[in-house]
Amino acid sequence: MENNWETNKLKRYLKNNLFLGAALGCALVAVIPLLSVLGYVFIQGVGAINLDFFTRLPAPVGDTGGGMGNAIVGTFILVGLACVVGLPIGIFGGIWLALYGKSKRGFYIRYAADVLSSIPTIVIGIFVYVLLVATMKKFSAIAGGVALGLIMIPTVTRTTEEMVKMVPRTLYEAGLALGLPEWKVTMKVVFRTAWNGIFTGVILAVARVMGETAPLLFTAFNSMYWNFRPDEPMASLTVQIYNYAISPYAEWQAQAWAGSLTLVLIVLTITLVVRRFSKRVTYG
Amino acid sequence: MIKQQIQKRNKGDTWFKAITFSFAASIPLLLLALVVVLINKSWLGFSAFGWGFVFSSVWDPLNDHYGALPFIFGTLMSAFIALLIAVPLGLGCAIYLSEISQSKFKEYVAVMVELLAAIPSVVYGLWGIFVLGPWVAKVVQPLLKNTLGFLPIFQGSYSGSSLLTAGIILAIMILPTITVISREVFQVVPHSLRESALALGATRWETFKLAVFGPATSGIIGAVILGLGRALGETMAVTMVIGNRPKIAASLFAPAYTLASVIANEFAEATSWLNLSVLVELALILLVITIFVNGLARLLIWKTTGKLIN
Repeated sequence: MENNWETNKLKRYLKNNLFLGAALGCALVAVIPLLSVLGYVFIQGVGAINLDFFTRLPAPVGDTGGGMGNAIVGTFILVGLACVVGLPIGIFGGIWLALYGKSKRGFYIRYAADVLSSIPTIVIGIFVYVLLVATMKKFSAIAGGVALGLIMIPTVTRTTEEMVKMVPRTLYEAGLALGLPEWKVTMKVVFRTAWNGIFTGVILAVARVMGETAPLLFTAFNSMYWNFRPDEPMASLTVQIYNYAISPYAEWQAQAWAGSLTLVLIVLTITLVVRRFSKRVTYG
Repeated sequence: MIKQQIQKRNKGDTWFKAITFSFAASIPLLLLALVVVLINKSWLGFSAFGWGFVFSSVWDPLNDHYGALPFIFGTLMSAFIALLIAVPLGLGCAIYLSEISQSKFKEYVAVMVELLAAIPSVVYGLWGIFVLGPWVAKVVQPLLKNTLGFLPIFQGSYSGSSLLTAGIILAIMILPTITVISREVFQVVPHSLRESALALGATRWETFKLAVFGPATSGIIGAVILGLGRALGETMAVTMVIGNRPKIAASLFAPAYTLASVIANEFAEATSWLNLSVLVELALILLVITIFVNGLARLLIWKTTGKLIN
């Protein structure tokens, strides 16, 4: 009897330690891919990066040198266009949801935003292709910006709604008691108070769409030249990285690593800085 | 005078409400437009092949013969492999972060797992081509063949561009989703439950088993299904490592193809209207699968935590 109790105790002890060890093991294994990705991107990328990389156009096959200047600029232009499309809908939509969204209408709109956020980005690319590229009969930066903008909308809407809702009701009522009309209180008091949080959400959404490739493949397409016209195809870091990564040429592959390093540095810096300044993080 | 002013103000409010509403209402309208556009553009393909399209495994753009089965197979299989790897790993990670560690190291792990989600898909793809793929072909596949080689899924020649590589890279990409959401779900479980179990003399494992896992179950399933949704729709990284061959093979070492990948590769170079329409039809299939899977996940998570996580 005594013996039985002892073995039982030992068994429980071992099981418990196995559990603790396995969980720690999982945590350690989970960290490995990140370190590997960052390590390779850094080591391979640093070797290929130089000033030319940021200022020059891509070099033809066989030529050494060249860079992704146009793609870096293109990425920022595309993200800017995405903001023009996505922010008004996201922010004003979010404000409406926070203020008047308790109705059935509000439920449907929130639900639609949720569904939109779960749609694969390549499907959004097809939608924009049919809508803009097929009608304009050419690939364009506008189409790319619209595709990225659509992807931003759900994140921005949700953050705005949450942030506006967090503003104390008393602040709103104080504004109304001063005799201000509702819209003025909303824009000048409530929105300003919530702005820091909304801004955080916007920046995170920007960082996310900056890394998108799939929706750009048949909207903004790609370009080997400088382009500042929104109705022409435009290069982006991600599409350029993709094209170079699957190419058989060593020089191009090196450029892909350099491009990845640039992209990862931008995106991770944004993410880390934003995390530092706000404890609340939206997982997009 | 005062009455006029009040009316003027109310007008401003009415306008404000109308303008913000029109922006908000454009979200469901966009969604509707998306669905209508996809159905409209895939009609040509649907009228040519009907439901047989879903079950046919021929893919021959030159002769305009199309079937979706290899892509559906590749999409589901790669996502399934990803779940097999990421679910135990992600749950272990979440348990470590929520139930076990109090140390400083925990903070680093939490940040790193979240950064994993911030790395662009195309960068994973690049890493997959040059680092993960060769490693899978040199280490993982021989290991599996030597130990479990009697199974048909672990036979055939080694290759870095394989269904297995795609599954592993997807596992890495959905790991943050599963970890972060399971952790949130664990933290919603009341502390008093854990304390009661501990007070009865339960070990940490028994406490977890008895007090935490039960209430968290549907939330965990939700997290897993949300991860599945991400894996199904992921395009670039998979396209770069899966080998892009529209054949259904028994072996996980063989190349395959997914719905998202074939769209990414062939849409811009579609040779005929039918080809284009068929690719849109594939996108529609992908859309239906992901919307269904994500809806299910949200429902389950919402039931546990009482809020919509996204």
